[in-house]
Amino acid sequence: MKAINTASLPDIIFMLLFFFMVTTTMRETQLFVRNQMPPATEIQKLERKSLVSFIYIGPPLQYQIFGTEPRIQLNDAFAVPADIAAFISAEREARAEAERPLMTTSMKVDRETKMGIVTDVKQELRKVNALKVNYSTLRGEVTLGRR
Amino acid sequence: MARLNPEINAGSMADIAFLLLIFFLVTTTMDVDTGIMRMLPPPIDPNAPEPPPIKERNVFVVLIDFQDRLLVEGQPGNINTLRQQTKEWFVNANNDPNKPERRQATIDHLGDMEISRGVISLQNDRGTSYEMYIAVQNELTAAIMELRDELSNQRFGVDFEELTDEELIEAIREAIPMAISEAEPRDIAAGRRAS
Repeated sequence: MKAINTASLPDIIFMLLFFFMVTTTMRETQLFVRNQMPPATEIQKLERKSLVSFIYIGPPLQYQIFGTEPRIQLNDAFAVPADIAAFISAEREARAEAERPLMTTSMKVDRETKMGIVTDVKQELRKVNALKVNYSTLRGEVTLGRR
Repeated sequence: MARLNPEINAGSMADIAFLLLIFFLVTTTMDVDTGIMRMLPPPIDPNAPEPPPIKERNVFVVLIDFQDRLLVEGQPGNINTLRQQTKEWFVNANNDPNKPERRQATIDHLGDMEISRGVISLQNDRGTSYEMYIAVQNELTAAIMELRDELSNQRFGVDFEELTDEELIEAIREAIPMAISEAEPRDIAAGRRAS
């Protein structure tokens, strides 16, 4: 039996590699909270990802240590609503003066979170005048009752 | 036997490619960067004078309680009918005195238009699930977008999403504003009518 010609094997792998290079983005922060987002249809793409700040809310992934209550994650650590003002100031400092009004806050909230913590975060955002908000969702039809 | 001796051993090329692939798999994410855009209301300045109250007929009250039940204009509501209900209320085709008034304005490219004074007010309880909140936001946004589509089709012959001319887009946005606002948060329970 002749050996299989392996010359084309790397080509297949390169194709897979190019696929991943094209469709993914370098992950900036490690997620410590679960982040399954609900679907919605009336969505818009985030333009200028460099001007977006992310707030993650959800139940912690390591629930044995941190419990099952939803937590806020800013950058790489858990936070409380009071930390949001400092977070937004830091994000603003990091951008040019002219671009600050264009900044958006993307709220990536797990679908099973209750609105209490989300409302607290929104109140804090209003206090620091970070009014441009994007509720991150998947693209899909809304089907409730699928719990 | 005519057999081409391979110059480079292709097996190790595959290994290099695997390594690169695993690197990319580990360090990247298929990040979702889509979502519903919203402008939060500016914070209330305790020293500023109270803004003029909006007439009750011009406000479409949507409440969601902690059990994800909908209360639309004081009546129990259904997520499936919310879109149609919102559209009918906003347009107020029959000039019902309980539905919003209209104001006259002249808009470029559209001429004299009657713009609805309606505002949709959404309020949720602390115990409402985020999924329900997004579903309601989605339906309300969809209602406004469908109204914009209908106007755009009527006047310009294409859907609102397919308009490319900035001025036409602005004109439609002015004629049908995205008038969805969120009320100050407080606890509510369906069955108790909020004033």
